[in-house]
Amino acid sequence: MSSLTDLAPRRNTRLRLPRWAAPALRGGLSVALTLLGLLALTFFIGRVLPFDPIAAVVGEKADASVYENVRTKLGLDQPLYIQFVMFLRDMLSGNFGRAIFTGNPVADDLRHVIPATVELATVAIVIGSGLGIPFGVAAAVYRGKPIDHAVRLLSLIGHSVPIFWLGLMGLIVFYAWLGWVGGSGRVDIFYLDAVPKRTGLLLVDSALAGDWDVFVSAARHIILPALLLGYSSMAYISRMTRSFMLDQLSQEYVTTARVKGLSRRRVVWGHAFRNVLVQLATVIAISYGGLLEGAVLTETVFAWPGFGQYLTTALMIGDMNAVLACTLIVGLVFICLNLITDLLYRFLDPRTR
Amino acid sequence: MTAHSFERNASLRSWLLVEAPQSGFQAWMQSFYLAWLRLAANPLAVIGVVVLLGIGLVALMAPWIATHSPFDQVLADRLQRPSAAHWLGTDELGRDVFSRIVYGARTTLYIVGLVAVIVGPIGLCIGATAGYLGGWVEAVLMRITDIFLSFPSLILALAFVSALGPSLDNAIIAIALSSWPGIARLARAETLTIRSSDYVDAVRVMGASTPRIIFKHVMPMCLPSVVVRVTLSMASVALTAAGLGFLGLGAQPPTPEWGAMLSTARQYLLEHWYLAAMPGLAILTVSLAFNLFGDGLRDMLNPRS
Repeated sequence: MSSLTDLAPRRNTRLRLPRWAAPALRGGLSVALTLLGLLALTFFIGRVLPFDPIAAVVGEKADASVYENVRTKLGLDQPLYIQFVMFLRDMLSGNFGRAIFTGNPVADDLRHVIPATVELATVAIVIGSGLGIPFGVAAAVYRGKPIDHAVRLLSLIGHSVPIFWLGLMGLIVFYAWLGWVGGSGRVDIFYLDAVPKRTGLLLVDSALAGDWDVFVSAARHIILPALLLGYSSMAYISRMTRSFMLDQLSQEYVTTARVKGLSRRRVVWGHAFRNVLVQLATVIAISYGGLLEGAVLTETVFAWPGFGQYLTTALMIGDMNAVLACTLIVGLVFICLNLITDLLYRFLDPRTR
Repeated sequence: MTAHSFERNASLRSWLLVEAPQSGFQAWMQSFYLAWLRLAANPLAVIGVVVLLGIGLVALMAPWIATHSPFDQVLADRLQRPSAAHWLGTDELGRDVFSRIVYGARTTLYIVGLVAVIVGPIGLCIGATAGYLGGWVEAVLMRITDIFLSFPSLILALAFVSALGPSLDNAIIAIALSSWPGIARLARAETLTIRSSDYVDAVRVMGASTPRIIFKHVMPMCLPSVVVRVTLSMASVALTAAGLGFLGLGAQPPTPEWGAMLSTARQYLLEHWYLAAMPGLAILTVSLAFNLFGDGLRDMLNPRS
């Protein structure tokens, strides 16, 4: 038996952890707990909430033996906690089951649809921050001037407009009436599968293959949904940029820089703007996640074969395997984005070191 | 205006502005009046209030404002362009679009109102309990809140609706389930500052039970900021409800609902674009009005910004 003195901490031989390790461990534990909660929530939605998950699989007119058979096969005769453990095992190994409406394993389907959404969301966030940041800075610099009010109005409408309606109106005006953009889908129908799949991002794939016809067609198709999604994230980004910049512009170092005789441009972009970069990075990461939500409705309007459309199709026919997998993925993306912004903060902001 | 009523107004004003209110009622009225004065200084917020009141009036008076029944199908008159008989045209079943939009205000306000009534108390209870008790109760409750917060509300609502089955009431439950966490967070933060104040200590020393302290002494103090937060989230609730309707997971036909109207109008988009334009404008109006009003309320309570 060890004596009590052995249990006393010995400072010199104790495992020395680097300074970043404690917060990282704490963060890791917190992420793990959130993930477990996420799984529990999806389990609750999928297995506990529906009146009869078996009827959802076999239909309402199945006879008793088939019903019992499926019940055992799905493990629904087991107690709830064993079901949960089985559910955990399946989800963590990426076994989401089979989607009824495509007949494929959900994991395979997701591999096809996620790149389409990532492409759309990425173009959208480039548009959203490309417009939102200058707008927000301008609104802060010219506070109370017409440009401030214009930006505020633009962002208010962006917050309030139903994006699916804006999409429909955009299709009428720019596709049906003016013919400036491509219609629904990712690419004109005769270009489907024209370029080899490498990244799944059609713009990148067609550029890699050097097939510029496909590239132009893809660009014409992505521009409208991306602009609309970008607008909704611009609303948020410009609003946040404005308030961050106002915060900085009222600081004393800005006055000092002005007194020193620096040009307005140097003060705004060289001094104040550099100090909001870290906060902006978080905002952009959050809006990137928010685009997933907008994508559900936008993809439905534009028949964009992405994650959102997959989710809504699954919802329509009550395909719980696919719905749960999608819900879980979205939750996962959000947890990861939160984690990334947290780390980014630590990394970019010298004060947190 | 006669001199007499002017005098009465002036005395009402002074009653509302006197330094030392005589009763709890007067103090309440005073705080409302001061809040209203500050809100009235913000023209955009006033526009929001007026528009919301107008929509509420339309919903209330729907049978008198609508020119037709929202359910009557006249297949001979289907898909007509706007005219004197049908101000905004007719839909694919020959129903009057204007009347359906008017009645749709009822559906939207019903959803928004019911969600507010469910979400406010739930968020307040959870947040105040967590904040006041602290310890493992707080850790568990806030962890659950964070998990709900890690979903975008539309996607969580979609998952709930698909499990519960699509209907108007399930949509309301789903939206409520996905929007209480923000309010719980806020109520907890408020409670943390209240918990350590002297008057709470005084009540505790007097022997008040924990539930009594939470319900009678902590929650009333959290109420104003919770109300603001609920108002602000009404805009996104209206949008989520319309989105659910658009996806066919909200109000079921033949209930007049703006999102669902938009979704059927989609099939006739190229020839009959106005069918889709009008319900969307209605959704935009409601959500814009809630945003303007909510922003005004927030600025009012937070004079710094």
